[in-house]
Amino acid sequence: MNLAAEDGRALLAAVTALLGEKGLVSPAEIAERIAVTETASPAQGARMVAKAWTDPAYRALMLADGTAAAEAMGAFMRGSPPLGVLADEPGLHHVVVCTLCSCYPRAVLGYPPFWFKSTGYRARTVRDPRGVLAEWGTILPDATRIRVVDSTADYRWMVLPERPAGTEGWPEEALAGLVRASDMIGVTLPAAG
Amino acid sequence: MTLAPGTAVRVRDSWPEAEGPAHIRTPHYLRGRNGTVMRLLGSFPNPEDIAFARPAPLRELYHVAFRPAELWPGGGGDELLVEIYEHWLEEPR
Amino acid sequence: MAETAHEPDDPRRAHHDMGGVPRYLCEAIDTEPHRLTEFDREVDALRQMLALKGLMTVDELRRGIEEIPEAEYHRLTYYERWIRSMTANLLRKGVIGEAELRASLPGETP
Repeated sequence: MNLAAEDGRALLAAVTALLGEKGLVSPAEIAERIAVTETASPAQGARMVAKAWTDPAYRALMLADGTAAAEAMGAFMRGSPPLGVLADEPGLHHVVVCTLCSCYPRAVLGYPPFWFKSTGYRARTVRDPRGVLAEWGTILPDATRIRVVDSTADYRWMVLPERPAGTEGWPEEALAGLVRASDMIGVTLPAAG
Repeated sequence: MTLAPGTAVRVRDSWPEAEGPAHIRTPHYLRGRNGTVMRLLGSFPNPEDIAFARPAPLRELYHVAFRPAELWPGGGGDELLVEIYEHWLEEPR
Repeated sequence: MAETAHEPDDPRRAHHDMGGVPRYLCEAIDTEPHRLTEFDREVDALRQMLALKGLMTVDELRRGIEEIPEAEYHRLTYYERWIRSMTANLLRKGVIGEAELRASLPGETP
């Protein structure tokens, strides 16, 4: 049976109906799972980043054990792959890609964005990271080293960007409001105001 | 044997996907390339077996650094870090 | 990176394994946010349920996606690939049968 030629929505409806009839997966379980999935969003990762910017002990935990740091901030990590955190520093910038599929730190960033799953992003980032960042208008100084992380296997990776200038004394919540999913993958940089 | 950080390694120049059904987490662009072990990430059941519902032995997973300039002359970033399973790593030639 | 335009592609490479592949290096990236459809969310949730129930692993999902022929792979959206892989896996494992699947699809004659 050539599944590629079938309509995707019809396949989903048929498979869902069959699994329901067999008592394997119910429509209620799928609805509940959608609700659970939507509780993960970039706001979760942003709160972790903001805490790391203000609390050195939390930053140390985040770099040593991303999963524990995520759990400490209330993220639900059970069943998720281990989380690794890549800390930017002066002169070093990280960017994450999955060239094989679309491995993404979903537990702390939510659904992967469309661009992360695109052929252009997957093919180009390992080879031309400056060109890829420029698609977002992100231009780094020539002296800044770019470390590309191809997320191929059993870890998931997020970037801890540097705290933007002009945010001295800001409360954690305001800092978290600056941080977007694209900042935590490394294609953009958070900025104040 | 666990590889220490700083160990020089080579990714095996092996292409199972060209010979039959296979599921591989080692990107094509690293086959036969030299890198440096950064650290051990842990041990995980081999996805090459899980993908075919076969018993999957634990394999050590390493973060390995590569020099993009050696992979793509004139291109690439400054550093590249990739997760590679132990059975894909060998001594550099 | 114009010098890469005529660089050969490795014929041993699997089509989903696209890091650094010359022919995609000029492909622009659509950086706009795209909202997931209801279909996308349902496929995503069903994938998770299949894993939670021990009916299909993520690695089996990936293998099924990688088995989609190259032209179809590029034509299908992300979650359109997923539902095909999930269906193929369930058929392969005998969780569902091809005859009952055909009978459940509109326009198929039993």
